[in-house]
Amino acid sequence: METTWQWFLWLYKTYGINLTVFYNAYDRHMFFQGLTLTLWMSVICIVLSIIIGIAGAWLQGSHLRMTRRIVYWYIQFFRNTPPLIQLYFFYFAVSQILPRFADSSGRMVLPVSNFGWAVISFSFFAGAFNVEIFRAGIEAVPTAMIEAAESLGYSRLRAYVSVVFPLAFRISLPALGNNLVNLVKTTTLAYAIAVPELLYVSAQIWSEEANVREMMYLLLILYICIVQVLIFGMDRLERHLRIPGYSI
Amino acid sequence: MGKRLRNGLVLLLAMVILIPVAYGANTLDKIKKDVKIVIGVKTDYRPWGFLDPSGKYVGMEIDMAYDIAKRLGVKPELVTVQSGNRNEFLLAGKIDLILATMSESPARRQVLGIIDPGYYAGGTNILAKKSMGFKKWNDLRGKKVSGIQGAYYNRRVGELYGPEILSFPGIAEALTDLENGNCVAFLQDSTLIESMLNSRDPKWAGYEMPLPTEDERTWHMAVLKDEVDGPYGQFFKNLVIEWHKAGYFIELNKKWKLSPVPFLEEMHKKYK
Repeated sequence: METTWQWFLWLYKTYGINLTVFYNAYDRHMFFQGLTLTLWMSVICIVLSIIIGIAGAWLQGSHLRMTRRIVYWYIQFFRNTPPLIQLYFFYFAVSQILPRFADSSGRMVLPVSNFGWAVISFSFFAGAFNVEIFRAGIEAVPTAMIEAAESLGYSRLRAYVSVVFPLAFRISLPALGNNLVNLVKTTTLAYAIAVPELLYVSAQIWSEEANVREMMYLLLILYICIVQVLIFGMDRLERHLRIPGYSI
Repeated sequence: MGKRLRNGLVLLLAMVILIPVAYGANTLDKIKKDVKIVIGVKTDYRPWGFLDPSGKYVGMEIDMAYDIAKRLGVKPELVTVQSGNRNEFLLAGKIDLILATMSESPARRQVLGIIDPGYYAGGTNILAKKSMGFKKWNDLRGKKVSGIQGAYYNRRVGELYGPEILSFPGIAEALTDLENGNCVAFLQDSTLIESMLNSRDPKWAGYEMPLPTEDERTWHMAVLKDEVDGPYGQFFKNLVIEWHKAGYFIELNKKWKLSPVPFLEEMHKKYK
C-alpha cells in the first residue's frame, strides 16, 4: 500500500502533478473522510427524499382540501427557490427560532447540527420534485387498469398498493433517476455551511498545498464515478422490474 | 464494456497529464499596452480592503494600489478576491498582482512569486465573548470555532490545539455563526480582530481578543513566479523598500486608525 502512495510522490517529483491526497497521510485521511461523508449524505438524502415523494404523492390525492393545499405550497416553496438559499435560510435563520437545550458542558446549543440541516434541506428539495415525478407516474396509469381492479373487487387502498403504485413506480423510474443524480451533485452545496464533505475538504487541502488544478481533476473524476454507480444501480433496478409484455 | 471502459480511462488519464502550463508571460508589457494594471484586492477585510456605502473600493491596500498605478503611469482596475481564489486569479491571468492581505508560506512560494520584503505583519488570534473566559489556546480544545476557508492558520491551530474548525466561504458567514452562538470563537488574523474591536461597533461590545497572538507572519504582494526576479518583480521589491523607508505604512496605519505595529517600526528603521 505504501508503495502505491510513493508512486504519487514520484509523479510529483518527476512531472509536477501534485496529488497530495495520495502520498500525504494527513490529506489522505481527511479526503477519505470527506468522500465517506458525501456518500453517506447522498444515501440518506436519497432514501428520505423518496419517502417524502411517496408520501406527498399519496397526500395529493386526498379528499381534504387542506391537505392538498399544504402539499401544493410545500412543492412551490422548495421547487421555486435555489437549494443554496434554502440551505442558508435553514441554517442561519430557522435555527435561531428553535428552542435550545443544554449540552454536557452546560452551554445552550441548537438541536440540529449543520449536517442535519443539510440533510433536511436537500431531502425536502429533492422530495418536492419527487412528489411531482410520482404524481406524473400515477396519472399515467391507464384508467382502464383502475376500473378493471375495481370490477375485480379491490378496495381503493388495495388497488393503490397492488395495481396503481407498482405501475406508477416503473413509469417514474427514468425521471426519478435523473432527480437522484441531481441530488447527489447538489450535496456539494453543503460546503457553504461548513459540512466537511468532499468539496469542503478538497478546498482545505488545496489552500494548504496549492494544488487546485490536480484536485479539480480528481474531484471531477470522482463525481463522475459516484454518479455512474448510481446510474448503474437505477438501470439494474429498471431492468429487474420490467414487466414482460408491457411496454414499460 | 471492457474496451469502452479502457478507452474511457485512457482518455481521463490523458486529461490529467495534460495539465495546462502558463506560457511565458510578460505582464509589464501588457500593462503598458493596456495602460491599466489589474490588482486583486479584498473587499471584506476592513480597513485593508472594503467597500464604502456607495460601493467604492476603499482601504489601506486600495491606497497602495492607487499609488502603484500612479508610479507606473497607468490606471488601476481593482478586482475582488478571496483567500480561496486569489492564487487562481493570478495564475489564470485574470489579475496582474495580488495585494490582498496575503501572508507567505513555503507552499505559496512554490506556486507564486512572493515579493520580499513584506509590507505588514499579523498573527493568529480569536474573537470571542468575554463571558467565555478563554485564557489559553488549549481552552479551545473540542470546541466549535468558526473560520475562513483557505486561511493559512487553520491547519496549524487545528493540529496544535484541537478545536473543531468550521470554515465558511466568507467572513460574514463566519461572524454570523459566532453571533448565533453555534461557534464559541472566530479564528482570524490578529490585525483584523483588533480593527473590529477598535471600530467601537456596538455589535462587538461584549467581545474580546483574549489569547496571546501567535505565529506572526508577514504580508506580501505576489506576481507570477517566473516574473518575480525580472523587471516586473523588481519594481515591486524596490517599491516596498521605498515605502518602508518613507514610513508610508506607519502613516497609513494612523490614517486607518489601527494600533501601531512593531514590525512596521522595525522595517522603517532598517531601511531609513
